[in-house]
Amino acid sequence: MAIFEYAPAPESRAVVDLQPAYGLFINGEFTDGSGPTFKTVNPATEEPLAEIATATSDDVDRAVQAARKAFGVWSALPGAERAKYLFRIARIIQERARELAVLESLDNGKPIRESRDVDLPLVAAHFFYYAGWADKLEYAGFGRRTTNGHSGTKPLGVAGQVIPWNFPLLMLAWKIAPALACGNTVVLKPAETTPLSALWFADICRQADLPPGVVNIVTGAGETGAAVVAHPDVNKVAFTGSTEVGRIIARTVAGTDKKLTLELGGKAANIVFEDAALDQAVEGIVNGIFFNQGHVCCAGSRLLVQESIHDELLAALKRRMATLRVGDPLDKNTDVGAINSAAQLAKIRELSELGEAEGAERWSAPCELPERGFWFAPTVFTGVAQSHAIARDEIFGPVLSVLTFRTPAEAVEKANNTPYGLSAGIWTEKGSRILWMADRLRAGVVWANTFNKFDPASPFGGYKESGYGREGGLLGLEAYLDV
Amino acid sequence: MSRLSVRKTYKLYIGGAFPRSESGRSYPVTSAKGDFLANASLASRKDARDAVVAARKAFPGWSGATAYNRGQILYRVAEMLEGRRAQFAEEHGGGKRTALESVDAAVDRLVWYAGWSDKITSVHGAANAVAGPYFNLSAPEPTGVVAVVAPADPLLGLVSVVAPVIVTGNTCVVVASEPSPLAAITLAEVLATSDLPGGVVNLLTGKQAELAPWLAAHMDVNGLDLTGVTDADLALRCEQEAAENLKRVLRPVQEDWTADPGIGRMTRFLETKTVWHPKGV
Repeated sequence: MAIFEYAPAPESRAVVDLQPAYGLFINGEFTDGSGPTFKTVNPATEEPLAEIATATSDDVDRAVQAARKAFGVWSALPGAERAKYLFRIARIIQERARELAVLESLDNGKPIRESRDVDLPLVAAHFFYYAGWADKLEYAGFGRRTTNGHSGTKPLGVAGQVIPWNFPLLMLAWKIAPALACGNTVVLKPAETTPLSALWFADICRQADLPPGVVNIVTGAGETGAAVVAHPDVNKVAFTGSTEVGRIIARTVAGTDKKLTLELGGKAANIVFEDAALDQAVEGIVNGIFFNQGHVCCAGSRLLVQESIHDELLAALKRRMATLRVGDPLDKNTDVGAINSAAQLAKIRELSELGEAEGAERWSAPCELPERGFWFAPTVFTGVAQSHAIARDEIFGPVLSVLTFRTPAEAVEKANNTPYGLSAGIWTEKGSRILWMADRLRAGVVWANTFNKFDPASPFGGYKESGYGREGGLLGLEAYLDV
Repeated sequence: MSRLSVRKTYKLYIGGAFPRSESGRSYPVTSAKGDFLANASLASRKDARDAVVAARKAFPGWSGATAYNRGQILYRVAEMLEGRRAQFAEEHGGGKRTALESVDAAVDRLVWYAGWSDKITSVHGAANAVAGPYFNLSAPEPTGVVAVVAPADPLLGLVSVVAPVIVTGNTCVVVASEPSPLAAITLAEVLATSDLPGGVVNLLTGKQAELAPWLAAHMDVNGLDLTGVTDADLALRCEQEAAENLKRVLRPVQEDWTADPGIGRMTRFLETKTVWHPKGV
């Protein structure tokens, strides 16, 4: 039911010069990993992009030692000098934004429209934002907040950071920018399916003349991440990923002095009241769950609709979903790209099949999916009960579960009926109801009459099993200071 | 002939009531010199679970109360404590002068935290200048039910760990100092007469090793303050158990209770909620 026919408008991939193989970035140099190499593939075509090194625990140890050695120099630099390095990095990211956007879409499968217009601008903005903090830490107010010998303005030391595959470069920025601004050095492990942009970032560090060892990138799978987290000379652990792995990490750092922040899963309620501006709400719902193929921890994956407008809203939503263009991530017209990996696609399929088996009604947008690669059509389930797996478990894909409510109190009850608490959405034209709802929703980010908005100045993070600590804003400094 | 005194039975404090341990157990509490003082209740894990239920029940009301109201109630607790100064000094043990100083410091600490109730939001929240036409505000909110293992300092230490948890709107289950639990139960009498809603503070007396792991593993507890745990193995086990539902954990610390406490004990058990709304006409 295409309203318009679109001619393909592919972004050129020639701006990305891929080498056949990449090593680890330790102490300012690319070096070989000691573990077996693995391939990172383009999820839209299943074509291997490059051979990636695996860092063993010995390699991780080298990286931590390099970071420890660099910590003395880096933390002793005047804040204004650290700031200038970060400003340089921000500028280089802007200069190379197109190359990085194409690279991100190749490795991750996300539409170029998103990597170009959302990820890359936010990455640069994050470095600009925290660059400005580096020489203003005394004004952040943490010095007076603390006791028992904590300075409130000093860095922690070496930060071990493990990031996910859904926003590879943006998650790197969220981790590295505040860490460096506060005077820490880092060992970062990107996700095994999306390591490339982190390795490009290593090159950016070299272009910026960042002192060696301040940023170290170790690639590999779960074992490499576990080695980073468990390393005895790491002072701070920051992780973004699944709640399951978050639990393991919390157990690992128990009994140590390591400071820990976790940004984990979610099952956000997007709540639409009968007085909402429906067209805007539909756009918000679509953005909430189909943005980045639903590979978003704060995705609005549970739609709570007031019963009186259920049919009208669902009809409008399905009409809109039918116009979503699914396909080549490098096509500038594409709305929904490729699922990041075969494993993730299998998980989405499994949960969707479970949704049908448990009695919910499935509807998928009528779209042609490419033959090769990992794809899943935008899908909505109606008639979902709170007990269904698709209402409880994080699917992390383009799958929306629709539930209904009658009263605001019932909406709050259902929205909070989850072990997660990362985000929530409210759609209503009544201001007092927005604030009443916002007060009662147990979630770290509440979007009212909007959804999936991010900004370096705005703290992000969850309640309950969505983790702890905040990234972004003044509060984002706390994770990297001796508070 | 001198009058025979009427002694007090030291019980638990759960949901605003003073029950004995459901286990029927008790343990003798002695002075520093070894003289018998009283039989305290030896709380069981079932008592701990009951206390969590009471704390959870009290959470919506207490976290939903105005900050001004919570501040007033904490100030009232200070008033009631001041009124029982002599009694606490007697229960405290040690030299009379030290005991009185400790009680005075506990009163002052409560007054200090009472004042934070309606100020922590301004200090720990933020108006965020986002790059777009959006209202964007971050404000702290209480984490939920917090389990607290109180330090050995029987009154000042106890007040110093409980006040920061509840002033922001959390409710709590507290394991009192094992060797010196009497002041905790007398404090419960103060709390019970200070307009503090039942269930906001629940006090258990007994063994850390018996109670703390169950609270650490309890899936309806959101935060865990291990300040008073002295056994490193127990602290490790508790922190590991706490990972199961990602409890916010305060690790054991040796703290000087007379020092400026800072706001870290409050912020450890606060969440940050950020609300966005578009601007437009």
